[in-house]
Amino acid sequence: MSETAERAPEEVAALPPTPGLGGGFWGAVKRFGAVLAQQREATVFVVAVLLVIYFWRAAPAFLTKDNIVNISQITAPVAIIAIGEVFLLVCGEIDLSVGFIFAFSPFLMHYLIDYYGVPATLAIIISLLFGVVAGFINGFITVVLQVPSFITTLGTGFILFGLMLTTSNAYPANIPAKAEGIGHWVGTYAWAEITWAIVLALIFQVVLSRTRWGLHTVAVGGNLLGASEAGINVARIKYAAFIMTGFMGALVGLQEAFRTNTIDPSSGGYQPMFYAIAAAVIGGTALAGGSGTVIGAFLGSFVLAALTDGFNLIGISANPEPIIFGAAILIAMIANVQLARLRRAGRMT
Amino acid sequence: MTAPQPDGQPPTGSQPPADGQSAVGGAALAAEGALLQVEHVAKRFGAVTALSDINLHVNRGEVLGLLGDNGAGKSTLLKILCGFQPPDSGRILLDGQEVHLKSVDHARSLGIDVVYQDLALIDELTVYHNMFLKREKVIWPLLNNRAMRRIARERLDAIGIGLKSVDVPVARLSGGQRQAIAVARAVYSDAKVLLLDEPLAAMGAKEAALILDLIRDLKRRGDLSIIIVAHNYGQAIEICDRINLLQHGEITFNKLSKDTSVQELNDIVIEEYRRALQERQKSA
Repeated sequence: MSETAERAPEEVAALPPTPGLGGGFWGAVKRFGAVLAQQREATVFVVAVLLVIYFWRAAPAFLTKDNIVNISQITAPVAIIAIGEVFLLVCGEIDLSVGFIFAFSPFLMHYLIDYYGVPATLAIIISLLFGVVAGFINGFITVVLQVPSFITTLGTGFILFGLMLTTSNAYPANIPAKAEGIGHWVGTYAWAEITWAIVLALIFQVVLSRTRWGLHTVAVGGNLLGASEAGINVARIKYAAFIMTGFMGALVGLQEAFRTNTIDPSSGGYQPMFYAIAAAVIGGTALAGGSGTVIGAFLGSFVLAALTDGFNLIGISANPEPIIFGAAILIAMIANVQLARLRRAGRMT
Repeated sequence: MTAPQPDGQPPTGSQPPADGQSAVGGAALAAEGALLQVEHVAKRFGAVTALSDINLHVNRGEVLGLLGDNGAGKSTLLKILCGFQPPDSGRILLDGQEVHLKSVDHARSLGIDVVYQDLALIDELTVYHNMFLKREKVIWPLLNNRAMRRIARERLDAIGIGLKSVDVPVARLSGGQRQAIAVARAVYSDAKVLLLDEPLAAMGAKEAALILDLIRDLKRRGDLSIIIVAHNYGQAIEICDRINLLQHGEITFNKLSKDTSVQELNDIVIEEYRRALQERQKSA
């Protein structure tokens, strides 16, 4: 549930029957609908449920254990990157480089272990810290040098891509044998990635909606000058969002490398980043800043994964998938804009 | 006419004060024992001099009206006094001690709070979150929303702001309600000095009355010093104890409200405008 201007659960529960919605069963259903519509995640939640029902009816294999694992493995990397992007979008920024942090971090682990003899656990920690440093650099260029984050991260993304290609000669590498043990927990086990995604999404939803950091992130995106005048350290909030996104990118890069059992220079890049932003937008995060929800982005990631997997199962070619994705983003955005307009006008209280 | 300099300094112009009374004639006009005192503060933005030599003070429990034309530097001065911007030179004294205001937070911790002209409210946040922004109640690490909601409700009720709910986003409120929330936020921060930047700007009559009543209530408390930046001379004279006029980056007028009038203030500003016009025509 998003915090910003939504009602507290105890207050929602105490709401009197809305005039015009009536009493009885249908009145209760309508009231439930009105309360649901107050939540930013409502639209994407309903879409996710409808998609599950549709694909399950169209292809019963959709809800088998193996396929659920498959969907979870498509959902998880997008959802984890989306956590960072939600924080950035909410505070009015964006990170286009995260997919290249994703691509470089497993190579860094490989270099440290295989070329420099660094212990596996330490190499993984350093690779994660690399994401933190990359995020810090993005933050520095954006906050201190005042380059728009779109341009900053476009540039750093290309640099990271070039570094990865140059150092790897564009050849894939094997997972270092020393790292295989710890790798199970990072991403090799079937449910490892989705477990990380769920835990991180829950933690950061609480951070966004129930902590000072989250409140200040919303404030910075909602009114940059106002937040600054109120005494909020705007730079610190933006640094934190960039650093977190960089960390998430590095984590997902390692997870995907362990899951696929290879370090592939063609993994990462723009696709997971764009999917993560699409998931955030579908989940109710405003590109203009000031509002967003991590749970919504998680559900958005699931919707994208369900569409990808479901189309495969029912035998539809992968070619029209981008059309569906594009339409989903537009419909979600239009719905979110209109719902936000109604909320502002007070017609959905 | 040219008004006398504040704080005991001689008039800058050739003409004496209108009523023959020195600007430092009354007890409240003197800077001795002032709660907040500003000495020779200057501020430049590149080639533009916003403030050249500001000297003013506000006494304990006093309401000081800071008037001046657009671009006179009133908002810049307030931003310096609340720690948002540092001055280039000069001194600020609080309770007789020199203070270097490093940030809004620092100024707030010393008891100087501000309500900006743009109110610094976040439309997306609820009334109670806005009221507690940067001073949130926390049960670590989580926000104590229940406590903030209850206290916000109590405070708004106490100052007579009738809101149905503190859970609505401030975007839905009227201009007067938004202003009142911004004032309430500052008042309840244990401020000793409250800076109000054009609190009546763009307000309708009813909304302005709401804010004026609120300021009167604060004045009655007697423990809060207030500096109000205003454009409306009539309202300023009505609500303030003393009036300072800021022109060309300096305080050029300092009188008790009861000793001045809208006519006198208008005359000063219009004469200054005419003189500037004549100088421009001469140079052309």
